[in-house]
Amino acid sequence: MAQVPHEVAPELFLQGIAASDGIAIGPAFLYAVQELTIPARPPGQPNVEIARFISASERARLELKSLRESVLLRIKGEELAAIFDAHQMMLEDPLLTEKVNTKIASGLTVEQAVAEATRELAELLASMQDELFAARAADVLDVGNRILRILLGLPDTALNNLQAPAIIIAQDLTPSDTARLDPELVLGFCTAVGGLTSHSAILARTLGIPALVGMGANLLETVKLDDSLLMDGSTGLLIVDPTQETVSEYREIKRKKDALMVGIKANAQSEAHTANGRHVEVAANIGEVETALEAVEYGAEGVGLLRTEFLYLSETRAPDEDKQFEIYKEIFNVIGPRPLIIRTLDIGGDKPPSYMPFPKEMNPFLGWRAIRMCMDDTGLFKTQLRAILRSAVGHDIRIMFPMIISLDELLCARGLIAQVENELAEEGKPFAKNVPVGIMVETPAAAILVDVLASASDFFSLGTNDLTQYTLAVDRGNEKVAGLFQPLHPAVLRLIKLTIDSAHSKGKWVGMCGELAGMQKAIPILLGLGLDEFSMASRSIPMAKHLIAKLSDERAQEITAHALSLPTAVEIEDYMKTVLAELED
Amino acid sequence: MLQTKITVTNKVGLHARPASLFVQVANKCASNITVCNLTTNGKPVNAKSIISILTLGVMQNHEILIQADGPDEVEALEKLKALALGNFGES
Repeated sequence: MAQVPHEVAPELFLQGIAASDGIAIGPAFLYAVQELTIPARPPGQPNVEIARFISASERARLELKSLRESVLLRIKGEELAAIFDAHQMMLEDPLLTEKVNTKIASGLTVEQAVAEATRELAELLASMQDELFAARAADVLDVGNRILRILLGLPDTALNNLQAPAIIIAQDLTPSDTARLDPELVLGFCTAVGGLTSHSAILARTLGIPALVGMGANLLETVKLDDSLLMDGSTGLLIVDPTQETVSEYREIKRKKDALMVGIKANAQSEAHTANGRHVEVAANIGEVETALEAVEYGAEGVGLLRTEFLYLSETRAPDEDKQFEIYKEIFNVIGPRPLIIRTLDIGGDKPPSYMPFPKEMNPFLGWRAIRMCMDDTGLFKTQLRAILRSAVGHDIRIMFPMIISLDELLCARGLIAQVENELAEEGKPFAKNVPVGIMVETPAAAILVDVLASASDFFSLGTNDLTQYTLAVDRGNEKVAGLFQPLHPAVLRLIKLTIDSAHSKGKWVGMCGELAGMQKAIPILLGLGLDEFSMASRSIPMAKHLIAKLSDERAQEITAHALSLPTAVEIEDYMKTVLAELED
Repeated sequence: MLQTKITVTNKVGLHARPASLFVQVANKCASNITVCNLTTNGKPVNAKSIISILTLGVMQNHEILIQADGPDEVEALEKLKALALGNFGES
């Protein structure tokens, strides 16, 4: 009888959605948002409860000390270290100790006392006039959670506790989780939920780290802490316990890709021209100042989308006019003479700022958001418009409204700009005059009405994430239908074609600031459709310019004609794969 | 008990690093130390509490009153005054 060979533990394959390109190899770090439930129990003797507080505080002090040392050592993060210094002082604050002691004396358990005391102190800070001071409330809460977590005997799994390079495995990552990701330590990440356009996916592409999303619920059951992992951000594949052969095979692919990127990046500062010499504008999508610096570094010829939500989401109150003025000015200065499109506030019930009372909605994506919310809260909107017009002096700035579905909406919003201009003129404040105003085309309504909207819009910019979501009626955050989110769906492509054709017939230009503009599989089609401006995550720019240079307009039009003749998204995707493979030869 | 008035001239006021330094120095003293923000007419608070110091909302050009009471009150005021006059090490 033939002997059954004794096999080594086989590698395990998990498939997710490829959200950000790149190959990562390393150990797993499991990240879980901890639910800190305060146990319902009768309080013990006050001195026992207080003793527990003292020992938990001591433990917290040691944790903060080691965190502080590790950030200093690892990333020379002086600023981050200073935050942990401040946490340490809050931990030892006599006001906190006094409050906790009083609460325990009045019959609370130590857990209740810590939760209440830190919440009260945070509220005290949050109520302060100046934003800078009010923002410290979050630090007090963080300290409170640390003590509570220790009291509950739970380990510290926070991302900022990551000490060595690893691949993050998580159910989901919130924007604030991802904002804390340290690209030096995070080799890549995989989440159980999420789609191509979830915040974490967008951030991963911005930071240039590989990411897989929508891996499914069994991700967290399958992968254990420190498991050896290999992930491929171009195919969506995660391999648990890869064999030596697999690892060396992928190392070789990575080496080749890196080498190719070095060459492409070297040419990225030159303008993008098609093979027959037509100039195409390649721009960047940016948020904060750091991303503006990156746009310049990666060779953006302009900014096709400056998102302003970060100003509103990272604060404990709406930013005032002067603060916005300063931040816009700082960004405009970095971008220099390049044209920049600033999008007015685009928020809704799906990610409301803490200080804004958004009602709970059944369908926040179909609800009170973006321009709809801004036109109801004109005080908030005018503050932003004033800050934009004032800071735009001496710069090539255009304003763009999100979520427009009809001409009257656009006229009302433009009316508000006129009103703000009058007010600024009366106050004698300098502001930019005749700023071009355009709209995002992100609803089927806007795409179909481009010829009508063109009478009041100086330009158009396709937001393909929302356009895809609204056209296909697919919630882009729902992993159960994430597979149906197909930006190359023929229905979406037809709306893109309609938008470009209608705008051109009215003499208006069309850009695209959605994710699609930076996708290699879409660029030949968009080029063939005559898109005037491609705006994308900065890191995609070098590759996009490289691809555009390989295509003549004639060839692009042939590709587009064929792609548009195909009946399904799958066939279009397959066709584009063969197109890209040919172009690489 | 001794007291002194100081105008805070550094850019961020008593916030972030300057606030931390202030509390650190106060913590090294045995005396009871309080601070109040004269510009905003605030109440005196414990100088050894970072949260209390932050609630003062001291910004650039605000005037503060520091009071110290205890065995090292002279030294305590001198040290805190030196820190503020040196702009808390900010350039």
